[in-house]
Amino acid sequence: MADHAAHNEHHEHKLAIFRGKLKFKNNVQKIWGVLILLSLVTIVEVALGYIKPDILNQEFLALKYLNWIFIILTIVKAYYITWDFMHMRDEVSGLRRAVVWTGVFLIIYLIAILLVEGDYIYEVYKNAAVSSDF
Amino acid sequence: MDTTVAATGTEGQKWGGGTEPLRASYGKMMMWFFILSDALTFSGFLAAYGFSRFKFIEEWPIADEVFNHFPFLHGVDAPMFYVALMTFILIGSSVTMVLAVDAGHQMNRKKVSFYLLLTIIGGLIFVGSQAWEWQNFINGEYGAVKTKGGKILQFVDANGDRVALDEFVSVGPRDVVPYGESEGIWYQASGEENATYTLQEVQRGFAARPDLTIRTQQLVVNEETGANEKLILSREEAMFKLNNQAVGVVEGANLVENEYGAPLFADFFFFITGFHGFHVFSGVIFNIIIFFNVLLGTYERRGHYEMVEKVGLYWHFVDLVWVFVFTFFYLV
Repeated sequence: MADHAAHNEHHEHKLAIFRGKLKFKNNVQKIWGVLILLSLVTIVEVALGYIKPDILNQEFLALKYLNWIFIILTIVKAYYITWDFMHMRDEVSGLRRAVVWTGVFLIIYLIAILLVEGDYIYEVYKNAAVSSDF
Repeated sequence: MDTTVAATGTEGQKWGGGTEPLRASYGKMMMWFFILSDALTFSGFLAAYGFSRFKFIEEWPIADEVFNHFPFLHGVDAPMFYVALMTFILIGSSVTMVLAVDAGHQMNRKKVSFYLLLTIIGGLIFVGSQAWEWQNFINGEYGAVKTKGGKILQFVDANGDRVALDEFVSVGPRDVVPYGESEGIWYQASGEENATYTLQEVQRGFAARPDLTIRTQQLVVNEETGANEKLILSREEAMFKLNNQAVGVVEGANLVENEYGAPLFADFFFFITGFHGFHVFSGVIFNIIIFFNVLLGTYERRGHYEMVEKVGLYWHFVDLVWVFVFTFFYLV
């Protein structure tokens, strides 16, 4: 009996996004809402990539503002694809953490270590006694 | 059966049998952990791309100049619009997939099959678009010359606009010695017989056009706008480089050379978008299989459409990867 109840509960969807600020009437409506959100984010990305405003060419932590914006918007999109299209929002927190925290931790580690190493090799090439441009 | 299994006293509790740990079925949980491992694989590729890019941070190709084609708009500079369209196609097919999953929860066979069909069509359009993108990249547009050090030299006019090889190079005679049947071979040709242009022809054509100069791979910061631009050499430097350092003509891109710049860029492009395209292709196959299962009523008889949900997870993951590929290959 408990099993049956758990099963039913499982099929219910959490219908609010933006921390409960935007509620949808049903799951299908939420899907279209998330599609609109993802499309808007993509349109902003493409527009920024096409216009490339000069003011966003300034750098912060070795990356241009423009690139920071692209990366943050990408993570926003990834969040809504995972949480609403893949229904991560409806899973229990144990499953969510086992998948998301593991991935996020390992990916951050990998990226940090490889980018630092790449930058080091760039410096070596640049300051080397032997030219690499010939 | 009851008599053969010892009661553990944990029946009704989690892991005691009957209930599902983490309230997910075995198949769904394994799909999640497969996706996690696949995400790490793609992260490895993208991080390696980032590594190589940071290594050559001052000479990486500018994506807007590489991917600027749009179907039926020949010669029009349309950076990114086509990939943006591909992104919308893939997000759209993700939406039809999640609608199919939703219809599956309502046990609505007709709706599930309809949305699955739309998803399959979206996936096929995406794979086709990727093939078109590859074709443009492989064929190239302007052509270039490479130096002994493996760097690319591109040709520009006085305004800094790119000039294609066929605009200033005239093709000379090719050194072909015909043989007869008695020698057992048809002809013997000099090494560059099959090349569209030889280096000597490019050098001759360049010398005859004093308005042309050369652009190197080197990125320099435009003081006014702060944007990165390719370094344009003076006519004398260009003549020197072309006559003393150039070793061959490069047209298009492959795994060995790349007219747009670093060959590594082409390698990563082929490998990462290829691996992603392979995932999309497998996803389409999975979708076709479950589409026919839905039509045959397999899941109707099983009492639930969880298989659609599991394949749906995979399909959304493919979309998720594309979001990152789009950012790191085309935007950043």
